[in-house]
Amino acid sequence: MIIAYALRNTHHPPVIHQREKITMISPSLSTEILVIGGGATGTGVAWDAALRGFATILVEKRDLTHGTTGRYHGLLHSGGRYVVKDPHSAVECIAENRILRRTHTHCIEDTSGFFVVTPEDEGDYPDRFLAACAETGVPCKEISVAQALRREPLLNPRISRVFEVPDGAADSFLATHATAQAARQAGARILTYHQVVGLLMDGGEGDKRVTGAVVRDTVSDETIHIRADLVINASGAWAGQIAQMAGVGVKIIPGKGVMVATNHRLVNTVINRCKMPSDGDILVPVHTVSIIGTTDEKVADPENLVITPGEVQFMLAEGDKLVPGLSRARIVRAWAGVRPLYQEGFSGDSRDATRSLTLLDHKARDGVRGFLTITGGKWTTFRMMAEKTIDRACEHLGVERACTTASTPVPGIEQGHYWLGHRLHEVEAEALQGGLVCECELVTRQMVESAARRNPTVTLDDLRRDVRLGMGPCQGGFCTYRAVGILHEIGRERHDPDFVLEGEADAEEWEVAYLQSPAQSSKGQSITAHATPGATTESALPTRSPAIDRRSPVSNPNLLLRDFLQERWKGVLPVLWGRQLKQERLDELIYLSLMNADHLPDAAAQSPMTGFYRGGDGEKKIVNGE
Amino acid sequence: MHTTSWHSVGNSMDECIKCNICTSYCPVAEVTEAFAGPKYSGPQAERFRALDQIAAPDHSVDYCSGCRVCNEVCPAGVKIAEINARARAQMAADNGIPLRNRLLGRNELLGKAGSFAPSLANFVLHNPLSRVLAEKVMGIAAEAPLPRWSTTGTFNDWLARTKNQRLRSDKKVVYFHGCATQYYEPFIGQAAVAVLEHNGYEVIVPPQNCCGLPLLSNGEFDAAEVYHQGNLARLAGFARAGYPIVGTSTSCTLTLKEEAPELLDRHDEATLAVKGATWDIFEWLRELAETDELRTDFQPLGTDEKPFLLPYHAPCQYRAHRVGKPSLDVLALIPGMDVRESRARCCGIAGTYGYKTEKYQIGMDVGAELFDFVADQGPVEMTACDSETCRWQLEHGTHIPSRHPIEVLAAAYGLYDLEARRAR
Repeated sequence: MIIAYALRNTHHPPVIHQREKITMISPSLSTEILVIGGGATGTGVAWDAALRGFATILVEKRDLTHGTTGRYHGLLHSGGRYVVKDPHSAVECIAENRILRRTHTHCIEDTSGFFVVTPEDEGDYPDRFLAACAETGVPCKEISVAQALRREPLLNPRISRVFEVPDGAADSFLATHATAQAARQAGARILTYHQVVGLLMDGGEGDKRVTGAVVRDTVSDETIHIRADLVINASGAWAGQIAQMAGVGVKIIPGKGVMVATNHRLVNTVINRCKMPSDGDILVPVHTVSIIGTTDEKVADPENLVITPGEVQFMLAEGDKLVPGLSRARIVRAWAGVRPLYQEGFSGDSRDATRSLTLLDHKARDGVRGFLTITGGKWTTFRMMAEKTIDRACEHLGVERACTTASTPVPGIEQGHYWLGHRLHEVEAEALQGGLVCECELVTRQMVESAARRNPTVTLDDLRRDVRLGMGPCQGGFCTYRAVGILHEIGRERHDPDFVLEGEADAEEWEVAYLQSPAQSSKGQSITAHATPGATTESALPTRSPAIDRRSPVSNPNLLLRDFLQERWKGVLPVLWGRQLKQERLDELIYLSLMNADHLPDAAAQSPMTGFYRGGDGEKKIVNGE
Repeated sequence: MHTTSWHSVGNSMDECIKCNICTSYCPVAEVTEAFAGPKYSGPQAERFRALDQIAAPDHSVDYCSGCRVCNEVCPAGVKIAEINARARAQMAADNGIPLRNRLLGRNELLGKAGSFAPSLANFVLHNPLSRVLAEKVMGIAAEAPLPRWSTTGTFNDWLARTKNQRLRSDKKVVYFHGCATQYYEPFIGQAAVAVLEHNGYEVIVPPQNCCGLPLLSNGEFDAAEVYHQGNLARLAGFARAGYPIVGTSTSCTLTLKEEAPELLDRHDEATLAVKGATWDIFEWLRELAETDELRTDFQPLGTDEKPFLLPYHAPCQYRAHRVGKPSLDVLALIPGMDVRESRARCCGIAGTYGYKTEKYQIGMDVGAELFDFVADQGPVEMTACDSETCRWQLEHGTHIPSRHPIEVLAAAYGLYDLEARRAR
């Protein structure tokens, strides 16, 4: 394994044409458990497996959380949303809510949540809700409307009842990265930008067995064979496609959810409509924004999600019922994610499909050994999904090992729950105002550098998920060129002939616990001290960040710039009116008029993400050159 | 501070397009590292502020002087200075308010207290030993240009004394004198009354409170609210009856017009009535001039050969009225005047900002471009400026006397002695 690793990491001279490498001998790895998918579920599964002592590899075709995890509204469910409709889900949610507050403390904001009865929500639902909360054990207290309005002055004053529940807000980017680091510290290997192109199969009809996967490194175009005793399909909305590679039919109900973010927080408490869960009935404060969500529409393709003007208008109109005036607030962005819902034999609307987790044991279900699919569920229940999956894995592998994730905190929890003012507080305390790269989200130069050096980075969008680069009002207008410059500089410094390389000394330990802390980044604090005792040497493997490796074709500054502008543009396009339009006009002047960004050299250069950012249409010009 | 309604100034953060124009014009950020600039402390930091956070997230916003140059240059309409003022109020609510700031915020109380025995008060305040003590104990800069109490009585004393000489007329105007005129510079009020009466207006001077701006600047919103309510009770009736309310202190009138309603998030009928009726005195006189109602029986203050050279600085808070430069327009009607317009951004004092030990030098550095402008005009007898603290700072920075334009106008009507500062 170590040898294979070394082989894969041998630095190739930049002159080698990527295409030629496919014909080279494919390196191979072997492991006990191979997890496919780097979202909350897959990462949680890898964490659990590694903690139980299994040799574990996780492969993710893009960056961690690039799929549904990174596109959800950020609600840490109390379960209140499901007490009436899906009580089983509600019970799971409240149990996990309590656990995650301990294991992922710094990834969660303790916002609390209101269920409010608006004039549109007449009927007996509120009483049924209250009774169902009691039955499912979701703590719920009715508070006066006056009290609710004191805490949330923008809330619809015409609401008639308010119930408070322990909802929270979660940073799914940070939580997944922290879980991944915990998994690494327990010995797992996390391979991002590694796409499964086929499953390795043994046996004939009736006695098939999945024995591993063929994986393509999407940055270097190398192919690796990974042999595994058990393959766990945690690829979410893509689970059907992976299962298909084993000849197994898994019919995911891909429910597209559209979300829009306001420019600043309109509320500091999660606001739910007290009614049967539906579209546009929830407003979540996450970091500096409020997110209104969501729609639920069955789609065919989880990859290229189209957001229609009608969907955005509908969400805003529904938002007005919670916070009158919301539709006239500045909207910075819209995006869509796909729920990986699954219900055996279900053929209705995705809105009505269960939110409960589903573990498919393909040995029992389809007669295919060595293969599990975990899907359904919600972000809030990812840890429980992982636990159930690895419980089953133990059965398959014939061992009995207890799950410890519920009592094992991930690195970084000593920072406490995150709170809105956290970054500003640290920037002020350490006087870091002069080093801001992304001014909107208060991202310092050290944060960008540290994220790029200390966790795998291919595009600026990866850094966005790490440190919130470009997520504020200007949507990358002022930080894109700065961040590109910084990455370019790091790359050059590493390529400096006087720069002494000692083996992999230029690559640093995967380190994400303090990604979001301006103060810790400025001190260059390392948390290696927090590493789990007994961690294998695997955890000391260096980070591979092609974006700052001059030998990698994706470290091209022009490519980094174009990709990120295109990516930001994608989410602004559906909300391009009013104040955000003014902003985009300025951004356009900066990049197209001042920097001539659509006539930069290397127009043909592509990263693994270029096609995705362009919506699958390679002909589209960057920004809005049309 | 938390968004409390869609009218809250904080909501204007949504207008920001991050262009940085405010930061490049900010006179404070230019001279000190302590203030990272209006964009950072205003629309950016505002996204990280909320009610009831576990700690006050920021403190450097205290170095915003509140001069409003940022608002003036913002192409998008962000109420940056007001966002900062509300953030200071939140800080004050979270961390408490130092005694010094409580004192500096209480203009009216200080004025009243000193006026019982002004000579004694002046001695107590202005002897070098007290100033050293004030600096050490309170943090009020020893060199800062503090005012002196009037030793000839308050403006109201003068009004009472001259009651029988006051003009009665069908044309009436309400005068808001502000604390400085009342307790320190009653002659400014005398000049204003002289000018208004000369133009045929009866001057009504209702009892009034401090406008509340010093309290607002120091983050004491609750106390400011009390003053504001007091003023509404006494002024709203006149406003509803259609009387103009004019003031000689540009910051007081700005507070009645905009600052109090916006910072206190008040949009009630009385607030709006007073807001709509309030004028800076020259803004109102210029209206008269434009309809040929302003008397122009001026006695030239200079000659063609030797015009009266007057460097003039429009205070930042006057510019915040967004009415152009009415004083300049009206003074231009006086024969023999050579008014030189300052383009300096701010004199540096910014209300009570430059009085504070840690900010005194910042204030002087900010004011340098104004002091240099005055020096560049060659020898002059005096300068002119509409706001009291700015005049005091201007005199402190240039060692040249400074006058309110209303004094100059009254002098041009032959009603006022510009040297001795009293009505003829």
